[in-house]
Amino acid sequence: MTDPADAARRSPWRTATVVAIRDETPTAKTFRLALPEPSSHRAGQHYVLRLTAPDGYTASRSYSVASAPDGTAEIELTVERLADGEVSTFLHDVVVAGDELEVRGPIGGWFVWDADRPALLVGGGSGVVPLMAMLRLARRLGRSDLVRLVVSARSPDVLYYRDELPGPESRIAFTRVAAPGSARPPGRLTPGDFARVARPDATAYVCGSTGFADAASDLLLAIGFPPDRIRVERFGPTG
Amino acid sequence: MASFTRGFTGRGRAARDPRLPPGQYDTGREWPVLTAEVTPKLSTADWTFTIEGEVDRPTTWTWDEMQALPQSVYEGDIHCVTTWSKLGVAFSGVSLDTLLGVARPRPSASHVLAYSHTGYTTNLPLADVTGGRAWIAFEFDGAPLPVAHGGPARLLVPHLYFWKSAKWVAGLRVLDHDEPGFWERNGYHDRGDPWLEQRYQGD
Repeated sequence: MTDPADAARRSPWRTATVVAIRDETPTAKTFRLALPEPSSHRAGQHYVLRLTAPDGYTASRSYSVASAPDGTAEIELTVERLADGEVSTFLHDVVVAGDELEVRGPIGGWFVWDADRPALLVGGGSGVVPLMAMLRLARRLGRSDLVRLVVSARSPDVLYYRDELPGPESRIAFTRVAAPGSARPPGRLTPGDFARVARPDATAYVCGSTGFADAASDLLLAIGFPPDRIRVERFGPTG
Repeated sequence: MASFTRGFTGRGRAARDPRLPPGQYDTGREWPVLTAEVTPKLSTADWTFTIEGEVDRPTTWTWDEMQALPQSVYEGDIHCVTTWSKLGVAFSGVSLDTLLGVARPRPSASHVLAYSHTGYTTNLPLADVTGGRAWIAFEFDGAPLPVAHGGPARLLVPHLYFWKSAKWVAGLRVLDHDEPGFWERNGYHDRGDPWLEQRYQGD
């Protein structure tokens, strides 16, 4: 006989229940999960999510937490549906509220921000997810003064969190299709997008595809950021 | 644990390659880039590689000195902790056996801390970087190693998760104890054997 409590201590996997699913864009959904105990995550960390078939086959992927640490047992993961993604297509096409999913985490101690120092957040596409946890944390604590966010997205219809992102801390740059009434022509990030938002004492958190992360890092270096104050999280083509 | 996911059967399993460790998938021709820092721009003219610490002869090699050493090839697979594996790759470079043979670790030596030109570090047991299992690699599939993948040269320890294969490697500090590196201080496993799924501390 295995003592279940002992097994739970040994296994880092926890069973979470899907409590809500929300569309962010036509290809991105946010899954709100209830954990068995309060989450201890820091803004920027991720969880690993594992799917298990009846015969024991498993597939797991890492997803950044989008929700701010708030002492509750609920977290939100935003998942982009990749056409050939084994896990993301299952989450999008099969999972409904009430389903149970195994998760492990929180994980990561580098790409994290605790609202204790100035931060410049730079996200491209789905790379905005861990930065959203940081923005939400800053707003929840009334420390919006510490954070500036520059988000790049292809067009307004694929912008994550489009109702919640705008604010005095954030600047949104569309690369292909401008927002209606926007004075900024569509195009990649330029040094001008960082005017007035880049504090010299900030730590930069860059998250996005490899191409985006390298381009954004080069921009930050060009406007004078030292490399040791740029933290980067790159998304490979993982599914 | 008899916990399975409602509706999940897994797909493509008939074709699952026996070279894939548990929990990994074949990334095919893709080679995802995962690093925590800004990609550095290193010139081979300035590049050096050093072995120091618990050795009889601390040694630094320049790029040209490294190129003049006997080279060997690794043909096989690489496994990233983020669950992708890349199968059937070929790297060439200099075996760490050759370099450690010059520096000569002392009997007290048990671990190494690899460090990069970016300040990145990762720790490994000395036994994992000897016996023909670790290289300083500077070619991938017959071409110079791209900078995004650690060029001009990276550590290559393909039997462990790939964060151990430090990009832009600058040296090894040979130690008489284990000392966690960058990801290891941030929750990742000290050894990282993909066949044992040693992903995180405690695995």
